Amino acid sequence: MATIPVDDRQITEKFGPHLSSMTGVRLSTSVEPERLVKTHCCFCGQQCGIQLKVRDNQVIGFEPWEEFPFNRGMLCPKGVKRYLQGSHPDRLLTALQRDPSSPDGFSAMSYDDAITRTASEIARLQSTHGAGSVGVLGGASMTTEKTYLLGKFARVCLKTPYIDYNGRLCMVSAGAANKKAFGVDRVTNPWADMIGTEVIWVAGSNVAECSPITTNYLWQAREQGAKIIIQDPRLTPIARTCDLFLPVKPGRDAALFAGVLRIMIEKGWIDREFIDASTVGFDAVAQYCDQWTLAQTAAVTGVPERSIMIAAEMWATPRSGFLLHARGIEHHSNGVQNTLGSINLVLATGRLGRPHCGYGTIVGQANGQGGREHGQKCDQLPGLRDISNPEHRRYISGVWGIEERDLPGPGVDAYEMFRKIDAGEIKGLISICFNPKVSLPDNSFVTKCLEKLEFFVAIDFFLNDTARHADIVLPGSLHEEDEGTVTQVEGRVIKVNKAVDCPGEAKQDWRIMQDLARAIGRPHGFTFTEPRAIFEELRIASKGGIADYSGVTYEKIEHNMGVFWPCYAEDPKTGEPVDHLGTPRLFEAGSYNPIAKGAGPFYFPDGRARFNVADYRTPADDVTDDYPVFLTTGRVVSQFLSGTQTRRIGPLVKQYPEPRIEIHPRLAAKFGIADRDWTTAETRRGTMTLRALVVTTIRPDTVFIPYHWAGKKSANQLTVAAQDPISKIPQYKVCACRISKAAGPPDYDASLEPQQ
Amino acid sequence: MKPDHLQFFVDPSRCIGCQACVQACTECDTHRGESMIHLEYLNRSESIQTVPVVCMHCEQPTCAEVCPADAIKRTADGVVQSARKPRCIACGNCVVACPFGVPEVYEDRKLMMKCDMCYDRTSIGKKPMCATVCPSQALFYGTAEEIARLRPMSSPTNRFQFGAQTITTRVFVMAPRGPVTIAPLIDVTASLGASTGTDPFEGVEI
Repeated sequence: MATIPVDDRQITEKFGPHLSSMTGVRLSTSVEPERLVKTHCCFCGQQCGIQLKVRDNQVIGFEPWEEFPFNRGMLCPKGVKRYLQGSHPDRLLTALQRDPSSPDGFSAMSYDDAITRTASEIARLQSTHGAGSVGVLGGASMTTEKTYLLGKFARVCLKTPYIDYNGRLCMVSAGAANKKAFGVDRVTNPWADMIGTEVIWVAGSNVAECSPITTNYLWQAREQGAKIIIQDPRLTPIARTCDLFLPVKPGRDAALFAGVLRIMIEKGWIDREFIDASTVGFDAVAQYCDQWTLAQTAAVTGVPERSIMIAAEMWATPRSGFLLHARGIEHHSNGVQNTLGSINLVLATGRLGRPHCGYGTIVGQANGQGGREHGQKCDQLPGLRDISNPEHRRYISGVWGIEERDLPGPGVDAYEMFRKIDAGEIKGLISICFNPKVSLPDNSFVTKCLEKLEFFVAIDFFLNDTARHADIVLPGSLHEEDEGTVTQVEGRVIKVNKAVDCPGEAKQDWRIMQDLARAIGRPHGFTFTEPRAIFEELRIASKGGIADYSGVTYEKIEHNMGVFWPCYAEDPKTGEPVDHLGTPRLFEAGSYNPIAKGAGPFYFPDGRARFNVADYRTPADDVTDDYPVFLTTGRVVSQFLSGTQTRRIGPLVKQYPEPRIEIHPRLAAKFGIADRDWTTAETRRGTMTLRALVVTTIRPDTVFIPYHWAGKKSANQLTVAAQDPISKIPQYKVCACRISKAAGPPDYDASLEPQQ
Repeated sequence: MKPDHLQFFVDPSRCIGCQACVQACTECDTHRGESMIHLEYLNRSESIQTVPVVCMHCEQPTCAEVCPADAIKRTADGVVQSARKPRCIACGNCVVACPFGVPEVYEDRKLMMKCDMCYDRTSIGKKPMCATVCPSQALFYGTAEEIARLRPMSSPTNRFQFGAQTITTRVFVMAPRGPVTIAPLIDVTASLGASTGTDPFEGVEI
């Protein structure tokens, strides 16, 4: 049974989210730390360097780490206050079991008993219903060591094909498009390459709030002469002073890119020499773009004709340029096409493989890059290998010491796993670092599926909203309680360092996976004694793959403040051992990669990049007369993902306590809504009532709701579960809704604290 | 002693309103738990523009001049300190008089507190917390040479006109270099009531 054991509010009363604050030694100015631990922030994909102040096995504060080259001491408010997630009143200190007789729905149990019971439930389900009756959900906030081990655990110990991760909600559209266009899935250049470029196009990225440290790179590039183009339905802080703002209608990005490319072709603002020598597929793209006349593009995208013309000229005529995008163009049922459209703009200018010329997606999660490379994604094996490729299967089976025939095939995406739970195919679930009840679209469906599970075990450090459905909760580790590597936004492998020990009976997550493997009776391959040992195996497993980490060592990371993959132990050209320092910039002229073998800089056998026809399709659940307003969702700067951590940190909650509906005064006036009025948004999935934030900085046909909250405050009650056919990313960034002024506050308002 | 060659520069055009400075300010040892920075939206309904306000550390601090208890001191290296606890009577004269709106009276402790440029850090050669963490570097701490090299599009100004009063400060504000000659000072009151610009969503139908 996986229904919530008691009333949700009783669980909240016990397990939070409650707020931490600066008290005791954290407020005192007379207490000195025993040591400073150099590590990184636990939140977004920027992975800023930070030093944690430690005393008596407690993180008591932070000190900027100005030597780390990416952020040089800079931090956003989340980074500044991240240390307040430790020593938290809500921290899980023991294993828990579902207990409807307990007032708060759970009772403590010993860790060993919890492991034993979990193992026996998994064995029971698998012996009755087959290996595929148990699924695993992972997450991209974990170290690469943990994500590698989780993928191995699912395939080798559980023998189930069903593993996927929350990067499905984040990076997969970009990853799929990158592989189609370049044969490799990584940002092309280090961020420092932006300084000195002549133009930067930022498509669908609220840089100021979602990747704040990138702001200084943009501003610094502008100081050196770069023009900044921002494409967004909202006038975000980064758009306020940009050189060109493209206020695109939600879900129309592929059309905009096609329209711009058409102008570039017509005006001759393309690099013919590069296109002919280093790419294939241009003619088909040019033919497709031909239909996207200026008038047609403006009509579909909502961007004025003049702005589209200026965009084409500003983007295409300089000798150098950078294009960055994020979830704004990726979170769509047309997400891969949107991304491919942006890549076509880059390829047409030939501005790759040189300083100041680059392209990339700004990853959202801490280990958004590393977490998608080494095997917790349903179709992947370590080293960005393909689980359907016989050669890749043989290699990884060899590393893991199993027969290739025993290695499961591809599974399904995270949302499809819930459909399989609904259909009764998946009956047991192990979840770590994922809060789908808040983060998946149309989340009443997710709740219904969780309730159908026969057995659900969640591994977490706080009782997140999804874990409330669990039969067993295993107490996992916080970021600062473990070590390991993470690959940040630039493709730079960095090292997270342990600052404190796990409290109570909490365990490092990789130990929990290994304890389960042992209890299940398949300990072979799960006897690592430290993260370094896992990393050493990962180096071998990734060797020869596209994401080749074979030359990365903990020492090299520490010494060089990070190592950009691919980093080879043996020269891919000669096979000789080499002291390789990594690859900060991809696709440089004359560069060698193991796929092209010298034929060209891109990761295809002919060494050429691919133009792909990036077809515009109207979004699923587009506006109609009944639901005439676009709803789009996203982040605020002081919160992160489903809020499991940030909704527990007092100063961050104070900064932005509760979600509000952002609405233009013209739209608000239509319904008599004033700023702070209770306002109802309704879609075909659900309804929610929040206070209005009436501002002129959003398209008048669009409303915005941030998604970090749970229950009746969750934006994903409203979003649509339409997915991209290739990447399976959900369409979070647009659906149809209607707006009305609410009669009064929602009933939760009187009983819940803002963060709950 | 704060090293003389290190200066504080504020560039509101870079500010993204993230409040990293506000959060980091509460970590500073001289006023731990309280932020001394004011970060305000100018007019959130019309714009996303925010402005971070730190103490400008005036050469002739108006706050000190109007203090009836002589509680506000300026250090030899030019940093204007929070009111001295034994002297401060929490009258709020400084709050009213400061042209930049910096000091605040904390009623619970009957004391005026304000930004002291992280004196615990700057006096030993470190950067202030806010300028260290600021992701947009709207708050910058460094040398005049560094700012000239890094910010060719703007120039530092430390003279401000408020009606009849001209104020010179230790903290600089970055003013955009325009086609016209750069004014020798920023006339703060003259810019009040300026228009907010054009509407990018003008043609959008609802």
